Amino acid sequence: MIFTSIQKREFFGGAKASLPLIVGAVPFALLFGTLAPNSGLSALATVAMSVIVFAGSAQFIVLALIAVQAPLEIIILTTFVVNLRHLLYATALVEYVKHLPLSLRALLAFGLTDETFANMSQRYQQKDHTYAHYFYLGSMLTFYVTWVSFTIAGLLLGNLIPDMSSWGLEFAMSVTFIGMVVPYMNSKAMIAAIISAGLSSLVFADLPNKLGLIISAVIGVAVGLSVIQLSKKELSYE
Amino acid sequence: MNEFYLIFGMFVVTFAIRFVMFAFAGKMQFPSWLEKALKFVPPAVLTAIIVPSVVMPAGVLDISFTNVYLTAALFSLAVALLTKNLLKTIGLGMLFFLFLKWML
Repeated sequence: MIFTSIQKREFFGGAKASLPLIVGAVPFALLFGTLAPNSGLSALATVAMSVIVFAGSAQFIVLALIAVQAPLEIIILTTFVVNLRHLLYATALVEYVKHLPLSLRALLAFGLTDETFANMSQRYQQKDHTYAHYFYLGSMLTFYVTWVSFTIAGLLLGNLIPDMSSWGLEFAMSVTFIGMVVPYMNSKAMIAAIISAGLSSLVFADLPNKLGLIISAVIGVAVGLSVIQLSKKELSYE
Repeated sequence: MNEFYLIFGMFVVTFAIRFVMFAFAGKMQFPSWLEKALKFVPPAVLTAIIVPSVVMPAGVLDISFTNVYLTAALFSLAVALLTKNLLKTIGLGMLFFLFLKWML
């Protein structure tokens, strides 16, 4: 296959756009590879999870669930709830990819991570979307290669430097998520949802199988919806 | 734990969520309340992951300045609110965290 220069430019543009986000993902992937065997996952399954599932935060949470020997159904349910946010990303992007062939749409969907969504929502704000899916491919492939190779690097490092898990690198995940949550704080309803999810997560922290995470997410969503509903009523009384 | 079913199951739910909208190519519409509810999912899930990991890093509540996770998280929150820049938040937050770890 021969690529035109515009396709190449889009592809490398997408790769370049994902570089800053890789800064947050590298320690995260390294740590995933380092911690996975400690949680009881085999080396093969650790790599397979990054290659086949490709969902950073869900993979991390699943490690914690495996460590406490949670049943399979709970693990799959938690993965579902944690990744449900990608449905929103897909809803936002579908307008721009719906004309592409189904197989290509499947490939793009596989690579729809938080980071590639962030890149694409910026790319689609600019004009000329004819070859923007090459930008998408550039972003997702760069991210995929980084995620998989640093998972493997983490596995190897974990063998060489056994106490790496005590370095506190898991803070990379917290700080990345803080940076991702803040832009959402633009309405009363959102702030109420965020605060109530945060408080609930502490209240329910001791529930078995990390069920507190699911419950807190549901409470956050319910509070957010209620605030919208209440402010609508206030408006209609005026 | 059967690792095959674990990875297969995680793949199926993750890919299904990411693909369902692209597969129907915009011919599928959610009821408006569901679409509204979905908007709250990312910040609610992410917050419910962050808060326990920084407020109780060792499994018990630890609200103090010697909890480097909490102090660095508050610092990162301030950086995020002031700069509105993800890279600066990650870079400065991580540096501050490593500095605190090295100090204490």
